[in-house]
Amino acid sequence: MGKLLCNFAVGEKGRIASVSGEGRVRRRLFDMGVTPGADVILVKKAPLGDPLEVTIRGYQLTLRKAEAECVETEAAK
Amino acid sequence: MRTFALAGNPNSGKTTLFNALTGSTAHVGNWPGITVDKREGVYKGGKEHVEIVDLPGIYSLSPYTPEEVIARNFILDEHPDGIINIVDATNLERNLYLTTQLLEMDVPVIIALNMMDSVEKSGDKIDAKVLEQRIGVPVVPISALKETGIKELMERAVSMPPMRNGRTVLAEALSAPIAEAEKYFAEKEVSSPVFHAVKLLEGDELETSSREAKNLLSGVQARYGEDLEATIADERYKYISANFSTAKQKAAKPVLSKSDKADRVLTHKIWSIPIFIVILFFVFHLTFSENLFYLNGFTESQAWMPTMEDLGYGETLGGSEIYSNFGIALAACFYDGAVFSPGVILTNLLNLVLNYITYGIGLGIEAAGAAEWASSLINDGIIGGITAVLGFLPQILTLFLFFSILEDTGYMARVAFILDRIFRRFGLSGRAFMPMIMGFGCSLPAMINTRTLADEKERTATIRVIPFFSCGAKLPILTAIAGGICGVFGFDNVDVITYSMYLLGIITAIVSVIIMRATTMRGETPPFIMELPAYHVPGFRNLMLHLWDKTKHFVKKAFTIIFASTVLIWFLQSFTWNWTFIGADSMQTSILASVGQLIQPLFTPLGFGSQAGEYGWVFAVAAITGLIAKENVIATFSVLAAMFVANFEGTEEGVEEAIVMIQNTTVTWPALIAFIMFNMTTIPCFAACATAKAELPKGKFKWTVLFWIVTSYLVGSICYTVLSWWWTLFIWLAVAAVFAALVILKNKGKIKLPALRRKKRA
Repeated sequence: MGKLLCNFAVGEKGRIASVSGEGRVRRRLFDMGVTPGADVILVKKAPLGDPLEVTIRGYQLTLRKAEAECVETEAAK
Repeated sequence: MRTFALAGNPNSGKTTLFNALTGSTAHVGNWPGITVDKREGVYKGGKEHVEIVDLPGIYSLSPYTPEEVIARNFILDEHPDGIINIVDATNLERNLYLTTQLLEMDVPVIIALNMMDSVEKSGDKIDAKVLEQRIGVPVVPISALKETGIKELMERAVSMPPMRNGRTVLAEALSAPIAEAEKYFAEKEVSSPVFHAVKLLEGDELETSSREAKNLLSGVQARYGEDLEATIADERYKYISANFSTAKQKAAKPVLSKSDKADRVLTHKIWSIPIFIVILFFVFHLTFSENLFYLNGFTESQAWMPTMEDLGYGETLGGSEIYSNFGIALAACFYDGAVFSPGVILTNLLNLVLNYITYGIGLGIEAAGAAEWASSLINDGIIGGITAVLGFLPQILTLFLFFSILEDTGYMARVAFILDRIFRRFGLSGRAFMPMIMGFGCSLPAMINTRTLADEKERTATIRVIPFFSCGAKLPILTAIAGGICGVFGFDNVDVITYSMYLLGIITAIVSVIIMRATTMRGETPPFIMELPAYHVPGFRNLMLHLWDKTKHFVKKAFTIIFASTVLIWFLQSFTWNWTFIGADSMQTSILASVGQLIQPLFTPLGFGSQAGEYGWVFAVAAITGLIAKENVIATFSVLAAMFVANFEGTEEGVEEAIVMIQNTTVTWPALIAFIMFNMTTIPCFAACATAKAELPKGKFKWTVLFWIVTSYLVGSICYTVLSWWWTLFIWLAVAAVFAALVILKNKGKIKLPALRRKKRA
């Protein structure tokens, strides 16, 4: 099993393997470009540790740890 | 006239393009049923005039947000003659995701490729011609900000063939199930069968409402795989990256942009919160301060700047009915004992103009020889009411301007990012913070600003508690009564009382939100999956058009609902029961006073009811007149003080008025604290009510008014009883504990509460 996005360290890269979650959250993630195969970098965490900021498909996206838990990645090469 | 719809992602420059296309012809309305701006206008730059409808900014056409549903239904049901799809070239991949969905609809589409200049600046290249060949619809590079390429865009838009059949970009793997679903929709003769087919396969709840469609979907899923939704999203992006990475040539080495550098500081682990507090301070300082940058010292003892009176101009400013020296009056708008902030200067200038108008009308009425009641109606009722409301306008707009700038630069999204963690505890997202903090300035822009909240329940809860963040107009109530308490009861910490009252307002807001989120506004904490747009300088024209919209909106309300309610209260306070006009000076015999006497006993638990003595009704009356504008609470004291003290002359701060009221009634200091809290948390002014009504979902307004009444009554009662008899605190705590236990048990499904259920349905 790959690493979940919520467990990434700042600066860590990965490639998304699968996205789970409840319908609305999952759909929103898809619409924002969080789909299997996309490369993702954890850019930073908010001052209080949550939410997270990631770079995906060339733009900045923020999501909470709870939502990042739905995103599983393949091991980075 | 043909109609084109403008569609695109948020932050793609869609509003800028809309403004560039329509200019002064634009007007703002609401989409039916929800509070999302609907902008419409006419493009007059070509041979043919074209109507432009600005669809809400969206990332997709999924059914989960009202914005997406509106955009989708508009295209499907209103059949526009074409869609102008604005695409941010700096963010091509994600922007084209929406495009691939629009292409599935039976409607001509043209792509406006925006921000090509930024792409070139960063060293990348996008070939619009290649893009056009691949997508199969016209692609025109434009710059919405610099207004280049717009003429060509519209020329090509109007020359598009009137019909285009939707087609999908999804690959072979999905063609069989799509064809199957398409056939189903084509047989039912709905338009855009391809679009409906794909949405059905995604399990879209708007498509799967019928049994037939559901059966079709489960049949397809059984044969082609359960998770078609993921496959479809995946295929869209695969198509985009396969085709358009070629159109886009990346520069050899990505450079750290200015935006990235700014972001490093503004969302810094340690510095982000202090920086945010400083920015917030300056926004409020520039809007409300009467001592700009503390040039006149930080405390009164440090003050060194002479007032206009010190300079010998006192005569020309006060006393007489109108300024005898216009120049001095004008100068006093900018400086009087201290330099004013821009917000205050604008307010003063507007009031200067309003004073001249009022004066002119007054002369006119006198010349016409109108009856006393008629001149009072015009002067006190109509003009007084309108100026009281319009007087806020400059500061509301200044505040709005600053927050719009913060929003347009992209900083607001970062604020939400920084603060989300804190707000989630209360069942809100970081986005809710801005409207709340704006409430300290004025509830109106704050309530309008809740439009940035995606979740309806979150928005309703936020609008309801905004008035608890004590606005600028409530400050006089606080200072006057706190001053009065100190004067009569021998405390000497006005600032401590004022500060505690603010704090108590915030606590009330937090507690209310928690209760609402657990009972009537129950729901999942909305997801927080949000784009952090690149920082950029906001467009001046956009800001100004935005402000102009708000001004029109506000003035229209000032002259309708607010105006009507103001005149009603004027009538109640100026007439006796036998229809005799009494004028403002003898309010004690008015209808309003007898209403005050009637409802006085209601305030007994709050300490300013029956126990306040014969004249205790003044507090009830002041609370009612405060509905016009919260300043009126103290102004009413001023008028009523004439009952007790002959030739009463009030002070600017209203402390004298408060003292007279306290001395002539039998209120205690806990009752006065309760009175302050009651006014802070009860129904806000009519202007704020009108805004709340417009911003809340249909049918929620009356419950909101009830919520305000109940909350203020409870908060007032708690303040009075606990401050009078400390041990009552334990009773309140016990009641709260029982209430909390009941709610928790109910939410866990252990017990059923009929009363709460009913409230929920409403």
